[in-house]
Amino acid sequence: MSFINWIDERYPLTKVWKEHLAEYYAPKNFNFWYYFGSLAMLILVMQILTGLWLAMSYKPDAQLAFGSVEYIMRDVDWGWLIRYMHSTGASFFFIAIYLHMYRGLIYGSYRKPRELLWIIGVILYVAMMATAFTGYLLPWGQMSYWGAQVIVNLFAAVPYVGTELSEWVRGDYVISDATLNRFFAFHFMLPFVLAALVFVHIVALHKVGSNNPDGVEIKKGPKGNRWSETAPADGIPFHPYYSVKDIVGIGVFLMLFAAVVFFSPEMGGYFIEAPNFEPANPLKTPDHIAPVWYFTPFYAMLRAVPPMFGSQFPGVVVMFGAIIMFFLLPWLDRSPVKSIRYKGMLTKIWIAIFVVSFVVLGWLGVQASTPAKTLMAQIFTGLYFLFFFLMPWYSKIDKTKPVPERVTK
Amino acid sequence: MKKLIVAFLMAMATSTTMAGGGGVHLDKANVDLTDQASLQRGAKLFVNYCQGCHSLQFQRYQRMADDIGLTYEEVQKNLMFAGGKIADHMTSSLDVQAAGNWFGTAPPDLSVITRARGVDWIYTYLRSFYADEKRPFGVNNRVFPDVGMPHVMAELQGVQKAKFSGEGSHKVFEGFELAKAGSMSAEEFDGAMRDLTAFLTYVGEPIQVKRQSMGLYVILFLLVFTVLAYLMKKEYWKDVH
Repeated sequence: MSFINWIDERYPLTKVWKEHLAEYYAPKNFNFWYYFGSLAMLILVMQILTGLWLAMSYKPDAQLAFGSVEYIMRDVDWGWLIRYMHSTGASFFFIAIYLHMYRGLIYGSYRKPRELLWIIGVILYVAMMATAFTGYLLPWGQMSYWGAQVIVNLFAAVPYVGTELSEWVRGDYVISDATLNRFFAFHFMLPFVLAALVFVHIVALHKVGSNNPDGVEIKKGPKGNRWSETAPADGIPFHPYYSVKDIVGIGVFLMLFAAVVFFSPEMGGYFIEAPNFEPANPLKTPDHIAPVWYFTPFYAMLRAVPPMFGSQFPGVVVMFGAIIMFFLLPWLDRSPVKSIRYKGMLTKIWIAIFVVSFVVLGWLGVQASTPAKTLMAQIFTGLYFLFFFLMPWYSKIDKTKPVPERVTK
Repeated sequence: MKKLIVAFLMAMATSTTMAGGGGVHLDKANVDLTDQASLQRGAKLFVNYCQGCHSLQFQRYQRMADDIGLTYEEVQKNLMFAGGKIADHMTSSLDVQAAGNWFGTAPPDLSVITRARGVDWIYTYLRSFYADEKRPFGVNNRVFPDVGMPHVMAELQGVQKAKFSGEGSHKVFEGFELAKAGSMSAEEFDGAMRDLTAFLTYVGEPIQVKRQSMGLYVILFLLVFTVLAYLMKKEYWKDVH
């Protein structure tokens, strides 16, 4: 292999291949929850590729945008498929990421030494939300327009500089052609930021090593396996073991994905909202404005907080606070064990409360608000935050089970 | 706690009833997009009764001909009254600005109307005009109150009256009653409106029939792929204990 040698003398190709694939030793006990990282990466690539092809025919112009999407759907060869893959991909990206984050949550993958790995992940999540938000304006339908109007108006609630800040974001006094243009620019650029962050995320992962459902540090356990004397005994090479396993996950994922793309691309109005088939009309407010499902838990929190001193700002603080909480997670958990397998009832109950709160808030976020629903939103917003605020306490006093020395099946 | 549960249940209950589109009951359209005869009848109704005011600005005659089983000659002879090329979009010759002044609001483009409003909504809307002297054109609509549009298909359906019981805020809609017969019977008119709704549903997304048949093959391929991938995984993992 003199050609590879020639490259290796100039670029560490074999070294990178070994360090990150063939000789990266991952715990052998990964379960169902460990598919979603690689799936999220696959979706990112898919979104970038379909997005690139959409951008070849899309027009970021308030007069032309809506029509150009219909042009893609009708006159561009395979345009409908590219567009549906992109719109469905956005929702599946969030499904994959929410499950990926839940995995980290239950197995304590944010605990020492993986705090930075987790934080890079949360930054990725925030960047992903920014990408989704700017992208949602582009079809220039009624919900694109009014959803963006509501969210950008949040900046106006910031004390003192709010009005100027929101005008700076929009580039105008209302959502307009100027806003559409800049959102398109951001929506095109942000995926590459995401790709760069994914690279950093994986560099961090391969420095500390993967966690596993037992929360056992395989690097601290006995050494020596079939492939290496010095590698962890409970580790197996990522390639070929997890590469072939992830392909199975990709197959199952693609089946679900294709089922939506080919049979229900609107997903009952959850993936593509019906009002978005009406062109944006600044003079006509829709009866009911709801963001796409992946933002609704935060939207419900925003609406749950009543205005204080005539300002919506507290709601905005609560909404962003809900995301900030994830950054603090590594330091809130005081449990002596990492994985839910060895944590006690108290933690399990709180995780259940957290999941229920998130799902119910998500449901409330698509509903028109009524006094009963606002009360519900307030209660579940409270529970959402209590999960984090009380964690230092309940994680400490919770009765834990002994953690085994080695990973289990 | 009890109060909370009651509040929760009530919230759930209202949300399910809200799904009906403004509280008005919608009839099921049951359109069949593989029935090309139905789509052709719908296209004929559209160009005769709708296109005078409403455009399908994203739909080409040519694409329509290909998809609903008509030849270009048939379309040019029978469905393109104003002439033009077969690849033209199905626009309306109405001046949108002037129409805005006449009707209070410009007649919307209907290319994706079934996707914005829903198929059942369109089907019910088309059959829910009733005589109302308070309105400029003498008609109102049950699913779109105070709509600016006249009842263009009155010659087919006839004129129906809405029956209400009770008064004021307790007014309850009881049903329609035919006051003046049209050229079609009630069943014929329902069938015609189903055809028109089917046509508009097709126009909303011309690819949809092909998309679904293609989807089956895609999923079948992925099924085989996944089974093979699983067998490969099992083979590789035989030595992991």
